[in-house]
Amino acid sequence: MSTGTTKGDKRLEAAEDAGQYLTFQLGREEYAVDILRVQEIKGWERATRIPHAPDYVLGVINLRGAIVPIIELRKRFALESTDFGPTTVVIVVKVTSPHGERTVGMVVDAVCEVYNVAHADVKAPPEVGSSVDTAFVKGLATVENKMLILLDVDRLINASILDGIGAVAA
Amino acid sequence: MAGVILAVDDSASMRQMVNFTLKGAGYEVVQAIDGVEALEYARLHSVDLVLTDVNMPRMDGITLVKELRALPSYKYTPMLVLTTESSQDKKMQGKQAGATGWIVKPFNPDQLLATIARVL
Amino acid sequence: MSLDLEMEEIHKIFFEESFEGLDVMESSLLNLDVNADRETIATIFRAAHSIKGGAATFGFMEVSNFTHGVETLLDEMRNGTRPVTPEAIQLLLQSVDGLREMVKAVQAKQAIDAKRIALLADEIAQLLARHPGQLAEAATAAVVVAAAPGPVSSASGPADAAPEFLAGGPGWVIEFQPHRDMLKTNNEPLRMFAELERLGALRSTAIVAEVPSLGSLQPDACYLRWRLELAGAVERHAIEEVFDWVDANSTISYQLFGGGVADAVAAGVPPGAEPAADSELAPLAVIAAVADTPLVAAPVAASVAAAPAHKGAVDAGSIRVSTTKVDHLINLVGELVITQSMLSRFADGCSPDELEKLREGLTQLTRNTRELQESVMQIRMLPISFAFNRFPRLVHDLSRKLGKKVELKLSGEGTELDKTVLEKIADPLVHLVRNALDHGLETPEVRLAASKPETGTIELAAFHEGGNIIIEVKDDGGGLNRSKILQRARERGLVAADAELSDEQIHHLIFAAGFSTADMVSDVSGRGVGMDVVRRNIQDLGGVVQISSVEGRGSTIRIRLPLTLAILDGQLVRVGADTYVISLVAIVETIQAQKDRLNAVPGGAELFRLRDEYIPVVRLYDMFGVEPDSRAVEDGLLVVVEAEGRRFGVLVDDLLAQQQVVIKTLETNYRQVTGVAGATILGDGTVALIVDVPGLVQVFNASFTGRDTLAA
Repeated sequence: MSTGTTKGDKRLEAAEDAGQYLTFQLGREEYAVDILRVQEIKGWERATRIPHAPDYVLGVINLRGAIVPIIELRKRFALESTDFGPTTVVIVVKVTSPHGERTVGMVVDAVCEVYNVAHADVKAPPEVGSSVDTAFVKGLATVENKMLILLDVDRLINASILDGIGAVAA
Repeated sequence: MAGVILAVDDSASMRQMVNFTLKGAGYEVVQAIDGVEALEYARLHSVDLVLTDVNMPRMDGITLVKELRALPSYKYTPMLVLTTESSQDKKMQGKQAGATGWIVKPFNPDQLLATIARVL
Repeated sequence: MSLDLEMEEIHKIFFEESFEGLDVMESSLLNLDVNADRETIATIFRAAHSIKGGAATFGFMEVSNFTHGVETLLDEMRNGTRPVTPEAIQLLLQSVDGLREMVKAVQAKQAIDAKRIALLADEIAQLLARHPGQLAEAATAAVVVAAAPGPVSSASGPADAAPEFLAGGPGWVIEFQPHRDMLKTNNEPLRMFAELERLGALRSTAIVAEVPSLGSLQPDACYLRWRLELAGAVERHAIEEVFDWVDANSTISYQLFGGGVADAVAAGVPPGAEPAADSELAPLAVIAAVADTPLVAAPVAASVAAAPAHKGAVDAGSIRVSTTKVDHLINLVGELVITQSMLSRFADGCSPDELEKLREGLTQLTRNTRELQESVMQIRMLPISFAFNRFPRLVHDLSRKLGKKVELKLSGEGTELDKTVLEKIADPLVHLVRNALDHGLETPEVRLAASKPETGTIELAAFHEGGNIIIEVKDDGGGLNRSKILQRARERGLVAADAELSDEQIHHLIFAAGFSTADMVSDVSGRGVGMDVVRRNIQDLGGVVQISSVEGRGSTIRIRLPLTLAILDGQLVRVGADTYVISLVAIVETIQAQKDRLNAVPGGAELFRLRDEYIPVVRLYDMFGVEPDSRAVEDGLLVVVEAEGRRFGVLVDDLLAQQQVVIKTLETNYRQVTGVAGATILGDGTVALIVDVPGLVQVFNASFTGRDTLAA
């Protein structure tokens, strides 16, 4: 098994779901996002609320002149809410949507590690067993005897933003 | 440097085309959008060749050549007018005004360079 | 940059320039309707000429070929050999349309509508074939003939025997007697001979017989003749080309020696084998040297032809920059404005001695930033003439079709506004002008019967008013019919049968979706789908539309628009912990709300008595779902805004500063939000939402659907 924590190991797998992943903590589980999608990690700051938005959209912030929405992943995944603590961070990701590239921030409990994930380590997501809607899961990977949930950020973010539209209807 | 060419045309695309071709051949190019602007420039700077369109607002190419020839410093500067095939009379008018010669439109970059090489 | 890319760039410029040229042709042709002055015709001719020349150069032969006929027609008009008739103008206008389509097709790399073009070309050919133009044709031909004799006449040269130099091979002997003034046009024999040398071995002999004594010698006159011997199987045509620029004024004879050209080619005479220079050329060198010395200035023509600088030629000294680049620049400047205001805030917490200097610096930074922002914004500004220019044509065509007489008056064409605003306002304006012509203006008979002048007037005006741009479309037609509109609105269920409406509200009903009165439908201006779209487009631009009308006297539609979509003059308001921005364009006034002037009406709506008017109260905290300081009306402020021809009071907790804000869209990273026009970044770096007043009012109205007095 070709596993291992890495900095500097730039080996890229041909398979789509292989590569370097940034992992973060949410509740008891460790999630992973493709590191190429991560633009930056920043501390939590108050966001400006947006009317008619779903509860998990906390609002928008100013990210060097860009207006960037912030999604609280705990709420998005219907996990129990906790107060934001010192480890709470915002992972800013770039996703592709039919309207072009979007930049969105995700509030998570804490960032953990960067892992190299090989294609062979990835398994298809199970039908049950996770609190996350499997539609947003690319797969599960076992690294250092831990299970990582590989998130499909494109689907997650785009669906989250589109979902909100239903909430507008007066 | 192969010389400074003053290219006069009211059409930006033609200017661009001439500019691109001549620069590629190592000439320095100064552009003017009509006779008035060209004359203004030519009075203050010296150029080695004038290449001008005929039909332009404010001052046409024929008048420009006439005005330039009247300037002592442009007495012997080669001046070429860009003209269309149909206008034989324009060629003659150009000559009478003092143009060195003409280049018939449409021309391709090679023709332009070959013609300029004849006088510069 | 690669050659292809560069050419593509140049093509792009050509297309843009052609469209501009076509616009110039169109507007000038319409001017010819009024007065056919030479300068206008020359302008049209030049535009056609440039398009033809460019198209030929870039290989768009269909465009070039078609334009040729147009150009010929214009040339004859310019020369005065063809009268300017309405038929010709009409045909030229159609040709402009045809050309525009053609250039569009070429640009999109699509097929050209060859049939239409062929038909038009045919019509032009027919017109050209008819009478007057032939005069000009003949004149041109005469010049050609006159020019011809030079090269054609083979004046017998002195040497009939084959010259030695040619050594029995094929070759030419050329007798060249230049015009005495040839040197004055910088046609130097040396260069021509060098040119000939490329064709074959050359031997030149200068004949100095006519050179006068030094005393009477004019340094820049050409006294020499030459006898040139050119060896090789050279085509006469190639030699003539060398003398092309001088042949009209010079005497040149050509004599061919040796075998046929074909033989010579077989013999393979090497071209340019021998240098031609020999001692006999010396006199020329002397003359050239003399010519180089400074000369007494020839009398300079006294006056530069001062052609009247007429027209709306926009091009003067402009460059083309992609809007993406400009927008990037605008964004950066927007950032700078924010940074600057952030810094200003930090200054407040500075030590007193440093403070003075810091303040000074910041003041300067503020001023510089503001100026920079203004001039950067200025890059995007274009005169509204770009939108107005199409109206003379539109009115010309439409009035013919409708059998109405109309005079179009334009004013304030130079008023500038943002390119995007300009592009988006163009279609609504077309609709409004069409409407004015179709529905507003009466036929000449009706007008005469109403003792109004037979010719109606439509006025299009643009001007600035307090940081906004106002566009008015005014007609002196029949005006809006109050009772007809009201009746139709009741039929459509847009208004309750017993509702009391002000004139303004009734007029505004024409902007309601799906509204149209029966006799309003014609094939000219739509089927009642237009005016609501017009209103929406204007609102999307952050603008406001008002209508005023007097029955029998005409209507005026007044559009108020922000100058730009990138910045907005905003009023900052506070609701609880949140700050919002309301566009100053929408705000009428702000008042302290008294409780006793507030009336609750059945259905849950609240009306506030503002002088003699009752305005609905929109509680912003309700609309946006936030927590206010207080829910009591008397604790807050009512910001009176105008939307949909009505006034509304927007209840907020407090008014903060008025300031210019840079508008950012929420859609880039999020999506559109009802009631929110966008966001901006305040001086402290936080984000504030910009209230979309018309959108907010719509949501507000929708929330009372089925209960409101306005509903059927």
